[in-house]
Amino acid sequence: MDYTGFLANIAILVLSGFIGFAVISKVPNTLHTPLMSGTNAIHGIVVLGALVVLGTAENPGIPLQIISFIAIVFGTVNVIGGFVVTDRMLAMFKTRPASVDSTDGKN
Amino acid sequence: MDILVYVLYIVAFAMFILGLSGLTAPRSAVRGNKIAAAGMAVAFIATLIHIRTTSSWVIIIAALAVGVIAGIPPARRVKMTAIPQLVALFNGVGGGTVALIAWGEFIESDGFTALRVSSGPPIPLVVASLFAAIIGSLSFWGSIIAFLKLQQILPSRPLTVGRLQRPLNVVVFLGSVAASVVVGIGAITTGAAPIWFVAILIFAGLLGVVTVLPIGGADMPVVISLLNALTGLSAAAAGLALNNIAMIVAGMIVGASGTILTNLMAKAMNRSIPSIVAGGFGGGTGAASATAGIGDQQAKSTSASDAAIKLAYANQVIVVPGYGLAVAQAQHAVKDMAKVLEARGVEVKYAIHPVAGRMPGHMNVLLAEADVAYDAMKEMDDINAEFSRTDVTIVIGANDVTNPAARTDPNSPIFGMPILNVDESRSVIVLKRSMSSGYAGVENPLFFAANTTMLFGDAKKSVTQVTEELKAL
Repeated sequence: MDYTGFLANIAILVLSGFIGFAVISKVPNTLHTPLMSGTNAIHGIVVLGALVVLGTAENPGIPLQIISFIAIVFGTVNVIGGFVVTDRMLAMFKTRPASVDSTDGKN
Repeated sequence: MDILVYVLYIVAFAMFILGLSGLTAPRSAVRGNKIAAAGMAVAFIATLIHIRTTSSWVIIIAALAVGVIAGIPPARRVKMTAIPQLVALFNGVGGGTVALIAWGEFIESDGFTALRVSSGPPIPLVVASLFAAIIGSLSFWGSIIAFLKLQQILPSRPLTVGRLQRPLNVVVFLGSVAASVVVGIGAITTGAAPIWFVAILIFAGLLGVVTVLPIGGADMPVVISLLNALTGLSAAAAGLALNNIAMIVAGMIVGASGTILTNLMAKAMNRSIPSIVAGGFGGGTGAASATAGIGDQQAKSTSASDAAIKLAYANQVIVVPGYGLAVAQAQHAVKDMAKVLEARGVEVKYAIHPVAGRMPGHMNVLLAEADVAYDAMKEMDDINAEFSRTDVTIVIGANDVTNPAARTDPNSPIFGMPILNVDESRSVIVLKRSMSSGYAGVENPLFFAANTTMLFGDAKKSVTQVTEELKAL
């Protein structure tokens, strides 16, 4: 990667920040917990980093192997647990008395 | 093949953005979460393709298996009342991953010196890695402390070392910066000793510990949200260091959205993020002056049967839930009571303060678990005008968010905080275990108001008793 590549990454970083702001700017309080839990799961993307560090190392030594092992475990817990618990929470928001359907538009 | 990986990453982050925008409305939220999870699967497969020639498959597969086995059961089984600590824990391990990635890179690149020859601009990459190490470790240890406090393993009150707190924070912070400088200089010379990188992690971890310890329970919504944002930012930094666009985009989106949420929480408490992070709020100096004004007024206590009669003949009842509802796990009991009331033609609404509970939207999740329709849960701004038209308001385990002193008493530590105007309703029933003051350590004049009665006892038991009395009427 040269400087152009790095700067392109910075550009992506900045734009992503604005997208994050734009997408989340209007969220009802009701969904704050699922949203936090969902974004929490999304930052579990770090598991990729752990895979890359270990996966691209030629002849990784024992320290690197141990560190990467823990990192992959942590990252996997973050991503899998995060999505499962978010799904569970959201499923509860779905189950309402059937008659409520007609009033959905209010929110 | 590398082009394929890149394209899959682009597909993945498009799915994250799509999924996240789905999470902003109740109807599309379930699908949004699934889209984001599918995006994660795409990114994951792309990464496996990227590292397909690795010799470490055994470790990778073992680690993934352990992660799945460790991650799914708590996510499946956790009680909804314990969601805040679980989210804190998941957030913490994410931060821990980032810190470990940075450490792994440090080892692999001989103290970052290999970056000079192999991959372009060394200094920005080293800076990104160091940022990831510091914030990741801070987030990990900070989240662990938050978890311990929420789980009541550590007391949830502020734990400080008094006047030395701020100097201590500064020293620890400077320690992590100093160690980073040593590693940074090492990166462009001969490589720093590994101990220096460990020093970064230790100092940053200590910073997380000393920052979160002094923060009290009721400020937890802000803290969890802030730690979540920090982990996102550290993930983005690690993405920069590894030239991984999926990590850059996902991390930054989380960082940005977490920042918004943190700001919303802080605003709902009328306090700035720095003052919350500075900690030590409540249980301290403000309490004495605030109690003085109330003198020896007596709160009137009531019985379950009296409360039931009041409720039965009301036109509209508003329920104001607080952390006490979560502690007593009273959400199902409350829903049962509401059902009985609704059968009698009483309209029941729920007024939810943005920072009620221990994480953003905590009360909404609990009530949703008890099958309360989400359109019956009203946000503060929508319901505040309704209290004056309400016959009975039941406050269940909430305190500071209903304290009228926030509106009327400029000397109160919580003056200016937006509150639910519970005191405007015709009568108020407060369910509370005892007369102890709220988290802010401030007396609540609401309890002594002429139209307020107190129903002492465990919230769940009290609500169940009221329901039984209602049925007997």
